[in-house]
Amino acid sequence: MTALGKLWRTTAFRITLVNLAVFCVFAFAAFGYVAWNARRVVDGEITSTIDAEINGLAEQYNQGGIRRLLAVVFQRSAQPGASLYLITNFAGERLAGNIVALQPGVLDRSGAFETGYQATEDAERPRGRALVRVNLLPNGFRVVVGRDLIDRDRLVFATRRAFNWVIALVAVLGVATGVLVTRRVLKRVDAMTDAAQQIMGGSVERRLPVAGSGDEFDRLAVNLNSMLDRIGDLMTGLQQVSDNIAHDLKTPLTRLRNRAEGALRAASSPEDYRRALEGCIEESDGLIRVFNALLTIARLESGQTQGVMSDFDAADVIRDVAELYEPIAEESGATLAIDAPKSLPLRASRELVGQAVANLIDNAIKYGRCESGGAAPRIEVSAREVAGEGVAFVVADRGPGIPDADRERVVKRFERLESARTKSGFGLGLSLAAAVAKMHHGTLALEDNQPGLRVRLLIPSAPAA
Amino acid sequence: MKILVIEDDRAAVDYLVKAFREAGHAVDAATDGLAGYGLAEESAHDVLVVDRMLPKMDGLSLIRGLREQGVTTPALILSALGQVDDRVKGLRAGGDDYLPKPYAFSELLARVEALGRRQGTAAKTEETTLSVGDLALDRLARRVTRGGQEIALQPREFRLLEFLMQHAGQVVTRTMLLEGVWDYHFDPQTNVIDVHVSRLRAKIDRGSDRPLLHTVRGAGYMIRDGAR
Repeated sequence: MTALGKLWRTTAFRITLVNLAVFCVFAFAAFGYVAWNARRVVDGEITSTIDAEINGLAEQYNQGGIRRLLAVVFQRSAQPGASLYLITNFAGERLAGNIVALQPGVLDRSGAFETGYQATEDAERPRGRALVRVNLLPNGFRVVVGRDLIDRDRLVFATRRAFNWVIALVAVLGVATGVLVTRRVLKRVDAMTDAAQQIMGGSVERRLPVAGSGDEFDRLAVNLNSMLDRIGDLMTGLQQVSDNIAHDLKTPLTRLRNRAEGALRAASSPEDYRRALEGCIEESDGLIRVFNALLTIARLESGQTQGVMSDFDAADVIRDVAELYEPIAEESGATLAIDAPKSLPLRASRELVGQAVANLIDNAIKYGRCESGGAAPRIEVSAREVAGEGVAFVVADRGPGIPDADRERVVKRFERLESARTKSGFGLGLSLAAAVAKMHHGTLALEDNQPGLRVRLLIPSAPAA
Repeated sequence: MKILVIEDDRAAVDYLVKAFREAGHAVDAATDGLAGYGLAEESAHDVLVVDRMLPKMDGLSLIRGLREQGVTTPALILSALGQVDDRVKGLRAGGDDYLPKPYAFSELLARVEALGRRQGTAAKTEETTLSVGDLALDRLARRVTRGGQEIALQPREFRLLEFLMQHAGQVVTRTMLLEGVWDYHFDPQTNVIDVHVSRLRAKIDRGSDRPLLHTVRGAGYMIRDGAR
């Protein structure tokens, strides 16, 4: 694309041109009005001078007849100036005055009008234009008084020339400004386009240039950049998920396959086959469970689960979930202590909040026991309203806890502490709780319970839809 | 029971038809939405099993259409979309139950049978006393007795037993229990439901030579009179 073509295609340049055109039309109208008005005023003045003179000449005629009139006109014609005179007889033949000839038919017209005339002094002189009035005297004499229009025409001409200059100047300046502005805009847009193309071409780390002026382009670039950051995060997340799937799901899949293979090779009785098949079903149920959890997390993180918000009692949720897990806690020798007010109204997704709390309690039961025995594990579950923030669910255990350095890591999908690898689970519980928190614009914090782990899930109340 | 399966995957249809027949039910099948709609409209079935994504007419439109025509046959929706909001959409469209894929056939059968029986015994659920063998549950007095002997149950254990007894003679899966008793649809990851059931079993079957609460392998639980 040529530079001019590119310029022409920009909105900014087209807007400049349209502005310019509109301005020119306005200027034309304004100048036209001024010129027309000036001409009207000048014409009015000339007409009244002519009228006065005609009245004066008519007076002379009335007092001294045609002779006196001719004498006056001879005298006046001899004086330099713009005044024009002509006296004719009834046949239209010139008797006196500084007009040699008028356009034919003029003598019969009435009122003041413009016409061409030939001056007396020099036949070579080009015809001029004059504003004249014809007065019919008794006996068929006609008195023509006029005034040359050269001064008026000069004024109009000067105005027109000034207008032409202004328009030319405006056009040049306007187009130049347009080109300059547009080129600036084009440069920024081109820079953005280049950056975008590079990003699409694979330089995912590139960002759009920000000039730092805080103008609309900067705002656009900043917003697009944060969008790119978000996309980058999602892509990284996706990458991690696929890596994790490759790593952590291949293991159970291989186990499944081995089981089936082993059964085919070694089993001899229907009972053996049956047991192997049951094992396979169990294994695949586990896989389905992991896939479901992964899908839920992915959907929550991409913010797709909207519209399931409802009003419910968070205190009921924590009591329900704790009650659900109580028998398991008892079986593993732990006690669950619940501490929640009578009612805690919350607007959120009851299902997801319940699942997140369930995961936290499940984790506390699984991992919240001291290796070295000691006192019976005690798990404290509480829900509290945090003024202005929402509802905080806290699950605290007295187990070994999680070292500072690992706290960020364990929240990620499939990430587990080495010490937990021997226990059942896939390392998705905390990720899911974190995703639930994120979806509700809340937070999930892992803290030290001295000793033990204290997980705090803060869920802000959603605005009613 | 007469079941209509509307599902576009040939292998799945063959499997379902065979499995339902083995379970003693009569089965019709359709492999696209329009054919399924026609069958469901003209011949009386007890339960519809509808895939959500079907050629020619999707499952939700099919059910919505049937409901508009006044066909009230209970419908179970099968779908690869299993999130809470998907289920809500499905149930709002007129579905009576929702099972995400992949599913265990035992659970599908349990749910289909529960739907079919719910239709026939709508009045029964209003009964104030439920009984299986010598086990009786008084819903008004919230009292449970076995052979005249009162059994003390926690409120949640009472609801669990009530749910099982409402579906007496049918397989009830773990997810059905979590949904019916605790009103949660998530996957509890651990065997929490089993622990609750085993506690209940300890209370009602203890010291009895005729256990009523049975574990159905690979599927769930069933309460029935052992002698029957």
